[in-house]
Amino acid sequence: MSANHSPQTASQRFAWMATVVAATLVFVFLMAPILAIVPLSFSSGAYLTYPLPGFSLRWYEDFLNSPRWMLSLKNSAIIGVASALLSMALGTLASLGLAQWKSKWKPLVLALVLSPMVVPVVITAVGVYFFFAPLGLTGNFLGLILVHTALATPFVVITVSATLQGFDMTLARAAASLGAPPLMTFRRVILPLILPGLASGALFAFATSFDEVVTVLFLAGPEQRTLPREMFSGIRENISPTITAVAVVLTVISIGLLTMIELLRRRNERLKGNVA
Amino acid sequence: MTAAFADGAEMPLKRRLRRAERARQLRALGLVLPLFLFLVFTFVIPIGGMIWRSVEDWEVPQVLPHTVAALADWNGQDLPSETAFAALAGDLQAARAAGTVAVAAKRLNYIINGYRTILTSTARNLKTAPEPGTAKATLIGLNPAWGDRATWAAIKRASGPVTDYYLLGAVDLTRDVNGSIVATPPDQAIYRDVFGRTFAIGFGVTALCLVLGFPVAYLLANLPVAQSNLLMIFVLLPFWTSLLVRTCAWIVILQGEGIVNGALQWMGVIDEPLRLIYNRFGVYMAMTHVLLPFMILPLYSVMRSISPAYMRAAASLGAPPATAFLRIYLPQTIPGIGAGCLLVFILAIGYYITPALVGGAGDQMISAFIAFYTTETVNWGLASALGAVLLLSTLLLAVVYGKLALGRQTTGGLKN
Repeated sequence: MSANHSPQTASQRFAWMATVVAATLVFVFLMAPILAIVPLSFSSGAYLTYPLPGFSLRWYEDFLNSPRWMLSLKNSAIIGVASALLSMALGTLASLGLAQWKSKWKPLVLALVLSPMVVPVVITAVGVYFFFAPLGLTGNFLGLILVHTALATPFVVITVSATLQGFDMTLARAAASLGAPPLMTFRRVILPLILPGLASGALFAFATSFDEVVTVLFLAGPEQRTLPREMFSGIRENISPTITAVAVVLTVISIGLLTMIELLRRRNERLKGNVA
Repeated sequence: MTAAFADGAEMPLKRRLRRAERARQLRALGLVLPLFLFLVFTFVIPIGGMIWRSVEDWEVPQVLPHTVAALADWNGQDLPSETAFAALAGDLQAARAAGTVAVAAKRLNYIINGYRTILTSTARNLKTAPEPGTAKATLIGLNPAWGDRATWAAIKRASGPVTDYYLLGAVDLTRDVNGSIVATPPDQAIYRDVFGRTFAIGFGVTALCLVLGFPVAYLLANLPVAQSNLLMIFVLLPFWTSLLVRTCAWIVILQGEGIVNGALQWMGVIDEPLRLIYNRFGVYMAMTHVLLPFMILPLYSVMRSISPAYMRAAASLGAPPATAFLRIYLPQTIPGIGAGCLLVFILAIGYYITPALVGGAGDQMISAFIAFYTTETVNWGLASALGAVLLLSTLLLAVVYGKLALGRQTTGGLKN
């Protein structure tokens, strides 16, 4: 009885150890795909099996020398950057407005703004396919950029709104009381402080577009096929070692984006700490 | 005098403040408006259009307009009047000249299998307009099916402007010749199975995510922040890795000559490779992996907010650790469990890419059928109806999720 009062009984230690073991196994499960695929991409053999026959960079060369893969990389970059910029502009303006807007309609508008995140992508893709086809927005970049922007904007709104919540509005009032017009207040006071939030919103948006394949399946012509779209056909037909090299390149890009967002988040928290 | 002066000065100030506030609100509205209009164009209208397509019935009224008009006051019990036969003969000749017979034939073929042949052969063999008064005999002579009231009931049912045919079809229901709702013949009834399978996979994946995610979230929440931030990389890195990359990796790991089978054969555990992919097992494996972070993150954020003082209090009052965990800790994690489960389930039932790549023919979820009817067989009505049912299920769950998330914000995650 009295043993239960101490925080470290044998049974508690056992429970904690069990948690650690279980969590470690789950971590292995989570990391397994990445760990499995990275060495294969450096294999000198054409089969995706272990042990590796030797080390080579031939599959990376294959990727870099393939016009098809390079076109898809370029397409992904164009669509990703364009939708990131567009959704950042629209999402930031809307977040600034939503922060000040008081209305009974606000929850409804907010639900609409966030709904592209919840509605299954296949439904968005089918609806947009029906609507865009007669408008000539299928088989070109514009249609894809518009859809990816719609899918990515919720992430921008969430990120920027979170940043604005930590923003001290008295700073804007101070600027106004010192005679700064609204636009100057925004440019010189608000913008520099919320810039990290904007940047991570844009990175989220880019990542969303860069990884999106369902709407591309419906809307893209052969000239707009993106990297995930090429991977989709590649996986469907026959997984070649080149795909593992592409996968590693994509993973490195993901790590880069994740690192940037994490750095921005820390910077933002530091700024908040200074302002408060 | 002073009082009057004060009143006079106060009123304009109040009004000026009100006006400034109104201007502020208008400006705020103006900032939200661009995104609102953008989403109306790229999201609301397209999805509204899809829902409209699930009830729209335009083919038959467009191709056979006079027939539809002539059948408007048909009682549905006997064969239609001579006027209806004459109208159909006229419509078919016009449709044949315009090349639109196939459009109506496709629509009517959904109702009665073989209708395509009836309509196209009649249109082809109807060389000249029948003499007045002989339309009935001529058409029945060309194809005896015109003497069956079911053939006419099909036209009547498809005469628009809206139909419940596709929506009923999406849940394996149809209307019989008398217009009452009945079950679809068993050989054509597949969608309840598909929805059942979709929800079953959703439940299975949610349960797996909860079982796997709970210990991870618990560990992360109870470690010092520096350590848990470090371990969080193992959750966030897969979360950020492309869906295609992860799906591809699972195929490499699980396929017949893949890593797992290779290792098991090398160790001599098995002689023949196990079938681990392109079946339900592969779907569960890959989808659980993709959705696990969506379970861990909300669980973690709730568990972080639970003060260790509660557990200490329970222990000091004499509760054994297991009791304290079940009665004190677990109830406080319920908002996180609810949010994580709903989120995973909502995302799971809409999945398309992963089951398409790692599942077999019997593991395809509802999204795959929506895509199939949109791009392969071009039955847009049915694709839209299936989409409408999926959308409705998702939105209902999302509303519950929204209520839950809101409740958590207001109660700080401690009450209920």
